[in-house]
Amino acid sequence: MAGDPVDRLNVVIAGVGGQGNVVASDILATALSRAGFRVSVGETFGASQRGGSVMSHVRTARDATPGPLVPKGLVDVVLGFEPLETLRVLTDYGQSRTRVLVNPRPIYPLAVQIGEGTYPDPGALLESLRALAADVLVVEGTELARRAGEVKAQNLAMLGALAGSGWLPIAAETFDAVLADRFGDDLLRVNRAAFRLGIEEASRISRVPASRAG
Amino acid sequence: MSLQALRIPTPGQVVVLSGNEAIARGAMEAGLGYAAAYPGSPSSEILASLAAVSRERGFYAEWSTNEKVAMEGAAAASYAGVRSITIMKADGLNVAMDFMTSLAYAGTRAGMVIVVSDDPGAHSSTKEEDTRYLVRAAHLPVLEAATVDEAKTMVPWAFELSEAIGLPVVLRNVTRIAHARGSVTLGPLTPPTREARFDPNARYLTLSLFHPVLHARIEEARARFETAPFNRYTGPADAARLVVACGPGWTYATEAVELLGAKGEVGVLKLGTTWPLPERLVASHLTHAREVLFLEEVEPFLETEVKSLWAQQTERGPVRFLGKASAHVAGPSGPSIGELTPEIAIKAIAALTGRELEVHGNGFAERAAKLALPDLPPRALAFCAGCPHRASYWAIKSALELDGRKGVVVGDIGCYTLGVMQTGYFTVKTVHAMGSAVGLASGFGKLGLLGFDQPVVAVVGDSTFYHAAIPALVNARYNDSPLLLVVLDNCTTAMTGHQPHPGTGRSAAGDPAPPLPIEAVARGLGLDVDIQDPLRTAEAVESVYRLLQTDGTKVLILRSPCALLPSTKRTHRAVVDPARCVGESCGCNRFCNRVFSCPALVWDGERGCARVDDVLCAGCGVCVDLCPRGAIRLEETAAIAG
Repeated sequence: MAGDPVDRLNVVIAGVGGQGNVVASDILATALSRAGFRVSVGETFGASQRGGSVMSHVRTARDATPGPLVPKGLVDVVLGFEPLETLRVLTDYGQSRTRVLVNPRPIYPLAVQIGEGTYPDPGALLESLRALAADVLVVEGTELARRAGEVKAQNLAMLGALAGSGWLPIAAETFDAVLADRFGDDLLRVNRAAFRLGIEEASRISRVPASRAG
Repeated sequence: MSLQALRIPTPGQVVVLSGNEAIARGAMEAGLGYAAAYPGSPSSEILASLAAVSRERGFYAEWSTNEKVAMEGAAAASYAGVRSITIMKADGLNVAMDFMTSLAYAGTRAGMVIVVSDDPGAHSSTKEEDTRYLVRAAHLPVLEAATVDEAKTMVPWAFELSEAIGLPVVLRNVTRIAHARGSVTLGPLTPPTREARFDPNARYLTLSLFHPVLHARIEEARARFETAPFNRYTGPADAARLVVACGPGWTYATEAVELLGAKGEVGVLKLGTTWPLPERLVASHLTHAREVLFLEEVEPFLETEVKSLWAQQTERGPVRFLGKASAHVAGPSGPSIGELTPEIAIKAIAALTGRELEVHGNGFAERAAKLALPDLPPRALAFCAGCPHRASYWAIKSALELDGRKGVVVGDIGCYTLGVMQTGYFTVKTVHAMGSAVGLASGFGKLGLLGFDQPVVAVVGDSTFYHAAIPALVNARYNDSPLLLVVLDNCTTAMTGHQPHPGTGRSAAGDPAPPLPIEAVARGLGLDVDIQDPLRTAEAVESVYRLLQTDGTKVLILRSPCALLPSTKRTHRAVVDPARCVGESCGCNRFCNRVFSCPALVWDGERGCARVDDVLCAGCGVCVDLCPRGAIRLEETAAIAG
């Protein structure tokens, strides 16, 4: 499945329970489906709203429906809602061609909170992502969501950034109808605003070459 | 949920559905008339989807009190000529098992489908039960879908089979189908019958007389499985290496064979009908295979069935069987532990064919290993910010410490099972099945005769109370067992996604229903009931302590809505006053984050004091009461959308 990324694409959305992974993966999969791709999404939820790591695997293919999980080492894009989870997923599932879009705002694990673990230095986390990935876009998704009027809409801000990154085989406009179908008036206003701020941010920062190391 | 997609009448359209939504759609395409379930991950979204469209489609859907009642209701519909479905997680089948084994003898009339969702890997379960053994014990046919699209196609076929053989048909679902989403091709919707009627001359009886009938019906199912569209072979006609796969194991097998470049060498036999085994079909492939690898979820069920079939063949060549029983198919924790993954399939098929797959490429793994970072801290499950359960456990723990008699807390199944872990202060000492807290407490309570002098506290949730705690509470009350039952009432079935229960005043379809409050049930049993808000810490502790000092069976309801309910609006948030919080020098051991451990209370290393994460804080205010310095206060937030 490591073929032409236009025909086959493996995205993993990495975050923490409660950050809106499932909504983001559903919107992404629906947009890809409406553009004519076969899609498959594998997720882990259930206990996920209670602080655990959450991953959504979104897979597309033109010709066949892929399985629900991306084999390790075959991820094209990691959409990270939290930097520690992004690095965890990148090291486990990534490859040299993997590109990363990350919200740098930490959410501290319980182990860190109770003094039984150490949260890595935020700068070192981003450097590690840059050392491994082919490209890294750092998007302050939570701040964009705050500007849109609801801090919890960071998932839509980050998804907007992915749509504006040029890394998807579909145009950002494909998402407009999906958002309109999915959300009622109040939520649509906030979520669409966050999504658009994400698109703008991606096009702004992706003009600057991401620093590369490793 | 993709409810709009469920409603689309146009056949042929391709939409994205979850496995659970696909099963709901399949039932609607089959003319479903009656649906009943008790919530349990990963099965809950099937009935939730059906209930949401039930009124407009003219069929009945309910959240039943428990799985046995749900299955009985669905059987009644079948007897009246109405196609019915009942849905549960694996644990729920244990509850319904007595009825299911009886129903198999009596048989059914209109098509009846039983969906049982297993949770390999126990993503949201306490155990990894493999339902197929129980269904085989009941003698009912088992189907297993390999993809979301196939799950939708399988349901109408299962209804047809059920009517053809006069038995309910079980669809064994797993998390990687239930909670996966995929492209599904819609079929036409079929309205339910409007001619429900019980034939006055019919009888449906569980009698041993019908045991041979049941065996004959299973043989009829086996015959139909030989040509079922869900079983197919791909690969070279005479492949010596064969993979037998079912469920998501089939997609993993297919991808692994492709990645390893082994398509010309390895055959894959996909089975969608896993019990009774289609023997002629499987035996025809055992004639050319010399090595057979099994990829199936949880236990080596197919592996054992196929080996048994091979042993019955009169002419058989030497075959090596590789799977979980032989430990050739195993994840990091060993065979039969955890769910299948693409990596397990790749490793097993690579070993079978002597091939290798370099997964990351270009030295990626080496670079990852060299990162100058300490081990990444894991994320343990924790109660959400603002969760009333955290406050309830704080009250129970504090009251037991005041009491000083080393009281025992027995727990149950729900979000509050996390009482066994850090954010429940390790308070809960036993966890078993739904309602078991009360049965165990009733037993502990009667040990006084034998020297037992510790107080006993049973903790159950509100939905669990209705599901299975009531018979045990009757037992405790009638036998006068001294125990304190604490019902953690968060006004919803929270763990599985906020389904209504008989206390909520809302039906599955969202209509108003007369609520049956927990206190009314308990008072009806002649028990004294106290009701407190766990977010008011001092009163809650005082109540638990006072009830621990009284004799007999007592009930305390700690009632506060789940912080994640859409109706629970965030009106306040906590703020730490950095002038008052003196951090490590306080002597409180960073109480709010290390001890109380709410995820919204984080440590500000630069300032050396606590800080509130304003994205996470729900404004419950419990930390304000508990901070020994009085350094936390609540402030009003602007109304927040959503």
